[in-house]
Amino acid sequence: MKLLKIQQILEAEILVEADNMDKEIRVAFSADLISDVLAMCCEQALLITGMTHVQVIKAARICDLSAVVFVRGKRPGPEVIELAKHNGIPVLLSRLTMYEASGLLFSAGLSGINQISDPH
Amino acid sequence: MNEQSREEQSLFLEFPLESLDFMRAGEASSELKQRLKKLGVKPELVRRAAIAAYEAEMNVIIHARKGTMRVEITPARLLILVEDEGPGIIDIEQAMQEGFSTASQAIRELGFGAGMGLSNIKRCADDLVIQSTPDQGTRLQITINIEKSDR
Repeated sequence: MKLLKIQQILEAEILVEADNMDKEIRVAFSADLISDVLAMCCEQALLITGMTHVQVIKAARICDLSAVVFVRGKRPGPEVIELAKHNGIPVLLSRLTMYEASGLLFSAGLSGINQISDPH
Repeated sequence: MNEQSREEQSLFLEFPLESLDFMRAGEASSELKQRLKKLGVKPELVRRAAIAAYEAEMNVIIHARKGTMRVEITPARLLILVEDEGPGIIDIEQAMQEGFSTASQAIRELGFGAGMGLSNIKRCADDLVIQSTPDQGTRLQITINIEKSDR
């Protein structure tokens, strides 16, 4: 699913724009714990999260996440936006809850990660 | 390959780690990741190394007083050695269980303390050796094979 379509489905504000909003997102997952992000991350993945501190972007950078959506209208601080921009990680902000955002994307055909990915 | 040419092809990196330094937290592993990328290491290996290093780095920042991450890169493998001075791990088997954490509430509010750190490291590593002495510190030796994974 294209990032632009995700933004439209979630009626999300673009906080950090992607170089290419048509970039393809293969899977998505929701997490509110950094280690869960690191356990689940895989290629071309979207993270849906309620965490808005800078460590989220650092974790996203570590595991090459394709984009991050902050839910429930929680707006991250400028240092978060700055780090995401610097690392080329697109960031969206949605007013929806994590459940609603995840459900809408899943219903629209964006796959989840059905098991913790084996990095080997 | 003799010892000398092995030596010539090795790259050593060292990163000091400070307790509760959340400003710099994650920078060591991020720098390691950039270095590995530049060396042309396969992306999947870069990701595994970065995740293992990040978890180990955060463990030191969250739990220990101070520590060091040393990395040796050879054509055959990555060796990430993380040593700290700190409380140590009383029961390593228990600490390896997913969900077990001794992190404080304040740390958990930052999204850490999921109790997934050591198991995430083990998942990413080809070999993990944990040595710990309570009230002294912990030593993690993480090995990621390059040749084997590339075959």
